[in-house]
Amino acid sequence: MRIKEHPILEFNQKEEVKFTLDGKELEGYKGEPIASALVAAGIKVLSRSIKYHRPRGFFCAIGKCSSCLMKVNGVPNIRTCVTKLEEGMKVETQKGKGDFN
Amino acid sequence: MTDIAIIGGGPAGLSAAIYAASLGAKVTLIDDGLELGGQLIKQTHKFFGSEKQFAGIRGIKIAEKMIQDIKGYDNVEVIANATVTGYYEDEVITIIQGVNGDILKKMKAKKIILATGAAENMLPFANNDLPGVYGAGAVQTLMNLYGVVPGNNILMVGAGNIGLIVSYQLLQAGIKVEAIVEALPKIGGYLVHASKIRRLGVPIYTSHTLKEVSGTDCVEKAVISKINQNFEFIPGTEKELGVDTICLAVGLSPLSDLLWQAGCQMKYVPELCGYVALRDDNMKTTKNKIYIAGDVAGIEEASSAMLEGQIAGLNAAVSLGCKCDNYEELDKKLKAELKELRDNPLSEEIKIGIGKALIKEGKD
Amino acid sequence: MLERTGIPTDDDLEKVIPDKKRLAKGPVVIIECFQKIPCDPCAISCKLGAIKPFKDINDLPQVDFDKCTGCGVCISSCPGLAIFVIDMNYSDDKSLIKIPHEMLPLPGKGEDVYALDRAGNILSKVKVIKVLKIKNKTNIISLEVPKSMTMKVRSIKVEGKNQ
Repeated sequence: MRIKEHPILEFNQKEEVKFTLDGKELEGYKGEPIASALVAAGIKVLSRSIKYHRPRGFFCAIGKCSSCLMKVNGVPNIRTCVTKLEEGMKVETQKGKGDFN
Repeated sequence: MTDIAIIGGGPAGLSAAIYAASLGAKVTLIDDGLELGGQLIKQTHKFFGSEKQFAGIRGIKIAEKMIQDIKGYDNVEVIANATVTGYYEDEVITIIQGVNGDILKKMKAKKIILATGAAENMLPFANNDLPGVYGAGAVQTLMNLYGVVPGNNILMVGAGNIGLIVSYQLLQAGIKVEAIVEALPKIGGYLVHASKIRRLGVPIYTSHTLKEVSGTDCVEKAVISKINQNFEFIPGTEKELGVDTICLAVGLSPLSDLLWQAGCQMKYVPELCGYVALRDDNMKTTKNKIYIAGDVAGIEEASSAMLEGQIAGLNAAVSLGCKCDNYEELDKKLKAELKELRDNPLSEEIKIGIGKALIKEGKD
Repeated sequence: MLERTGIPTDDDLEKVIPDKKRLAKGPVVIIECFQKIPCDPCAISCKLGAIKPFKDINDLPQVDFDKCTGCGVCISSCPGLAIFVIDMNYSDDKSLIKIPHEMLPLPGKGEDVYALDRAGNILSKVKVIKVLKIKNKTNIISLEVPKSMTMKVRSIKVEGKNQ
């Protein structure tokens, strides 16, 4: 969900871009972190842990905790909280360590 | 070779860069955020401190001004979206850039100012790894920078300044804050922040903590419990809250990895919230080339971060031979301002901590 | 006490409320700031010197109530939103209270809003007399409240989509 009105801040109209999550089409704003676009779209699970497949989500927002690692355009272990969203990005929920295929 | 490499573009790093650049030093500022400004760019509240440290001005405006100032110096090079991954024995700094982290740069500098800030602490409780558990700073970033609602009903853990301020900012964003829990028997943050939140109907439960959360794939409810002086749960005091988001504001720890690697003498100082490098009052570590400033030197405030950055910037530049006719006067003034900022009951712990982190005379 | 609840006690408030004589004269400031922290925008903002200039940045604000005209410039300057102006001379049965407000929705002039006490409890519905939009976004709302609630009302709840 997006904040529409704010008493202090102005959220200016940004360029909308389309991207996919596990094949499903979603929309976000160009240049915002991928993980932010996912949270806005109501997606909470970004990856699953290596051993017990426990769900992992957004935690630190500064690229330090490894909770947001996802596969982006075929490359695994991308820190989606500090990676900018671009038009046509292919984002996938990462299971465990991710593979390089 | 650049004169001064500044690692971290938050309030400390920006202040250091502006000051050193104004004295003619060639500065390279490296920052790993999507934007410069560190935590300032999401601070929608008005700052405390004095006019010199931008009191009464919102953090976002302070960041804007400093970033504007930086642009005015053509002797400052900014390397953005770049993570410094190492500082090696031969004094080489390695930098990783690019979406896939596959661009590697190497550089050297005559002096280095490390202003890498801090990261949020985790809290042990059952199912603390569930999506929906956020660092409070992360929620602030989502809300204030990207206009994204992290959840609909929040439990805030921690009544220090971050917990109180982020709770208020959640309310400003139109999000419900169910309660704030604080393990200590007293509110740790500024009482005016607490009063602001209480007036808006948010309860603060002191001597309480979060016991567990549960839910399928994300937080659906939380259980809080009263605790005794030994921080043990008091049976029978559990309360279940139907919240979907937990914000942890349980302290920060300095991000000192590079300082360890560089071989600076480190010390665990509880009052400064973790491992910090020993330093002199010019913010110089036990390594002659390396200075520190901001939260990496000890968890404190943006206003002290800015002053420490200026002290480090001034001294690093002057040590390289940059011309500064009234150096003594400027240095004395900055240090006096910093001392004044810390001259209040809430800063007692910090002063003790800094005393423990100061390089003693005669030691290298 | 204040450090446990975030709510000033009557003892705390006694230190900052002017005497009955001054209250009866007209608008005057009440600064509900009880903790020494490095902060001085209020003293800097007061052009009349009613908030005495600080000797040390950690001082608590001291008010010369005779110099204070209740102009309210300081209300928006306070980063802690701790400053209020009250006018007990407003009418026979009502006081005028000016409070800082940084929430949405912003009420309109003449609108009825819920008046809240320091614990966020609803006391009554009161009328908004004036809405002053300030450049730094700490807007000032003037409320007409029953005299008995003058020392209790410190916040509002506005009917609307955000709250």
